[in-house]
Amino acid sequence: MAATPIPLEVRHIKKRFGDTEVLKGLSLQAHKGDVITLIGASGSGKSTFLRCMNLLEQPDEGDLYVHGEQIRFKNTRRGREPADWKQVVQMRAKLSMVFQSFNLWAHMTLLENIIEAPIHVLGKPKKEAIEHAHALLERVGLTARANAYPAQMSGGQQQRGAIARALAMDPEVMLFDEPTSALDPELVGDVLNVMHGLAEEGRTMVVVTHEMGFARDVSSQVIYLHEGRVEEAGPPEELIGNPQSPRLQQFLAPKY
Amino acid sequence: MLDLHGYGPRLLEGAGVTLQLALLSLLLAVVLGLITASAKMSRSWLAHRIATLYTTVIRGVPDLVLMMLLFFGGQIGVNMITDWLYYQFDIDIFININEFVAGVVTIGLIFGAYMGETFRGAFMAVDHGQIEAGKAYGMSNSLVFRRIRFPQMMRHALPGLSNNWMVLLKTTALVSVIGLSDMVRVASEASKATREPFTFMIVVALIYLLIASVSEWIFVRLQKRYDIGYGEAD
Repeated sequence: MAATPIPLEVRHIKKRFGDTEVLKGLSLQAHKGDVITLIGASGSGKSTFLRCMNLLEQPDEGDLYVHGEQIRFKNTRRGREPADWKQVVQMRAKLSMVFQSFNLWAHMTLLENIIEAPIHVLGKPKKEAIEHAHALLERVGLTARANAYPAQMSGGQQQRGAIARALAMDPEVMLFDEPTSALDPELVGDVLNVMHGLAEEGRTMVVVTHEMGFARDVSSQVIYLHEGRVEEAGPPEELIGNPQSPRLQQFLAPKY
Repeated sequence: MLDLHGYGPRLLEGAGVTLQLALLSLLLAVVLGLITASAKMSRSWLAHRIATLYTTVIRGVPDLVLMMLLFFGGQIGVNMITDWLYYQFDIDIFININEFVAGVVTIGLIFGAYMGETFRGAFMAVDHGQIEAGKAYGMSNSLVFRRIRFPQMMRHALPGLSNNWMVLLKTTALVSVIGLSDMVRVASEASKATREPFTFMIVVALIYLLIASVSEWIFVRLQKRYDIGYGEAD
């Protein structure tokens, strides 16, 4: 086990938007099979932190390692940028992301969405990609919707479809950006069930979420962010069961 | 029925010239339009400036004036170069600017500027999340463009595109002033010779109308194709 590289590691990530420093030196290590949940109030930087992990946002400082490989940066007039975009593209193919607003490609059917990146990015043969896609659709309970367009599906179906799209990449790490926040309450359960299953089969996941039940039951580590800093981190039973910092206690207190 | 006094075949030939001219100009205009739109959206200050200069000049000068400037001005420029070559190096060549090429280049340049604005608006209408999803799945910029941005942009661009095409089609009538035998020039020659302008102009009008109707049908089909996946209300 010691010989296998860590799927994802970030060190001392800092990020500014204009004059505001939104991430003040954040680090994280996702070992194989880890489920790390990031919690915190809105504006705490948790989504920005997640988006720095696949470089949808460019961190101003800090290092990023995917499967042991360090991502190289250079300084330009516009700020810090990846030195080699090819490396970034290859890195992103190993981390697949599930978005808050699903972002399934609107002009493609669900099946086309799932086979798109495996065929065009990973170079998988079409037949193989389609077979894999059907297996994934069955797994997320959407076999009947393979030929539907995203606009014809409910939010919950779209998000489960988006998870199937993410799985089709055979990712090292899956990144979830508030996957249930845009869903009607009665649709949240289906999506969480799918994510539960993924955690049980040992997928490495980093999840930004407001679902404390999910954080408590599924994660191996919970990180509570406040204003761009780690306020408290630890296993869920300690962090959620017995929070130390007053801020976290207040954050976890029932709202009504 | 209409008596064309034997000008029928020449009119048809002229219609062929009109159609070829229009289609080639459209192709050039679409390519220029995509380049202009990309330049205007790029982070490069210089690209942005050049594209803005291009659209400002083209949209601010009448089509007919531009066409004559390019055709006659282009010939003067070419002559100056060949003269210089002759006096300096004793190389004797003569290049005559071809009317058809001049027509395609001028109309393409003019409509490239309009297409640029059409495409820019259409690109901006594409939801950013769609593009981010492409990037997050390891797509390169060119792959994101081919597989996501372009097909999604087309849906928003088609109404403007079809409008530009209709205007472009009719603008081809201007090339008769630089001596190209398009359908309008053939018809006006025939009118003078036979003194029956109405006969020939009504035929020309009907042919334009026919091309326009067929184009509309094609654009409706294209719109349906690019609307796939979007609700009707959207």
